[in-house]
Amino acid sequence: MEYVLGLADDALVTAQRMGWWISRAPELEEDVALANIGLDQLGQARSLLQHAGALEGDGRTEDDLAYWRDDRDFRCVHLVERPQTDFGVAMARLLILSAYQNELYAALLGSTDGVLSGVAGKAVKEVAYHLDHAHHWVVRLGDGTPESHARMQAALDAEWPFVEELFTPADPALVASGVAADPTALRGAVLDRIAKVVAEATLTLPEVAPRLGGGREGRHTEQLGYLLAEMQHLARSHPGARW
Amino acid sequence: MSTPPSPLWEVFIRARRGLNHVHAGSLHAADAETALRNARDVFTRRNEGVSIWVVPSSEITASSPDERDAFFDPAGDKVYRHPTFYDVPEGVEHL
Repeated sequence: MEYVLGLADDALVTAQRMGWWISRAPELEEDVALANIGLDQLGQARSLLQHAGALEGDGRTEDDLAYWRDDRDFRCVHLVERPQTDFGVAMARLLILSAYQNELYAALLGSTDGVLSGVAGKAVKEVAYHLDHAHHWVVRLGDGTPESHARMQAALDAEWPFVEELFTPADPALVASGVAADPTALRGAVLDRIAKVVAEATLTLPEVAPRLGGGREGRHTEQLGYLLAEMQHLARSHPGARW
Repeated sequence: MSTPPSPLWEVFIRARRGLNHVHAGSLHAADAETALRNARDVFTRRNEGVSIWVVPSSEITASSPDERDAFFDPAGDKVYRHPTFYDVPEGVEHL
C-alpha cells in the first residue's frame, strides 16, 4: 500500500499544483493544456488511491485517502509539493516528473499487480504527452531570448536538487515479486531523457547536491501542509457532502 | 497584457476515418507545432478527433459579404443543377 500511495500522491499533488495555473497561464490555450495535464494526473491518482484503499482493506475510499489524511501520511516526493508559480519552474518540473513517470509506467506495464499494470497502460500514453508538452516549452524558452534562457536555466537549477528523491529505493520484497518498478533502475533512462531535452534547449544540467528527501516516509516540506489545507478544507468542512 | 497575442490559427478536425476535416474553431499559438498541440488540448478533449490540421488564419482568402449577391444569388434559381431535377428513364442502369 505504501508503494501505491507514493505513486498516487505524486499524481494527486501534481494535479493540485497544475490546477493553480488555470486562468494564470500565458495564454488561454495553455490554461486548457495545463488543466488537461492536471486532470490526467488526477485520473491516475484516483485509480491508484482506490487501489491503495483496497490493498489496505479497511474500507477507505479514494476520497477518504485524498481528503482525510494529514501531511505525515502522504507519500509524495518533495519535487511535486512545492509551489510552482513561475512558468519556467512549472515546465522544468513537468519535464522531470513526466520523464520519470514515462519510464515508471512503462516498467509497470509488466507489473504482477493487475491493477497497477492496467493503470500504467492508460497512464503511459498520458504522460508521454505531458513529456512532449514540457519538452516543447523547455526548448522554446531555453533556446529563446536571453531573458527566457536565463529564467529557464534558473528554473531548472531550482528543481534539480529534488530529482534524486524520485529514485529512492522501493520495498525490496515488492520489487522482487514484480509488483513494484525498481526506482533505482529507472534513473539512467530518466536522466538520459532529460539531458537530451536540456541539451536541445541550450541549457546546462545543474551540478548541485541533492536535497534530503523523505517524502516517501512522510517527511515533507512545510508547503505540502498549505497545499493540503486548500485541497481538503471543503471536504472537511462539509463531511460527506455530495454535488 | 503588454505582449501582443500570438498569431491566430484555424483548426480543422477529422472526427473519424473516412470523414472530411471540418472547421472546429480558431486559437492563438506562436508557431505551427504549438498550434497543433493547442488544438489537441482545446478541441479534442472529449474524443472529437483522429486527425488535426492547423492553418494560419492570415493565409485564408475569404469571400467578402459585399460580393455575396454576385457570388451566390445566380445559383439560387438553377434547380436543373441538382441531379434530382432530372427524371431517369426506366431501364437505365449504372446511373
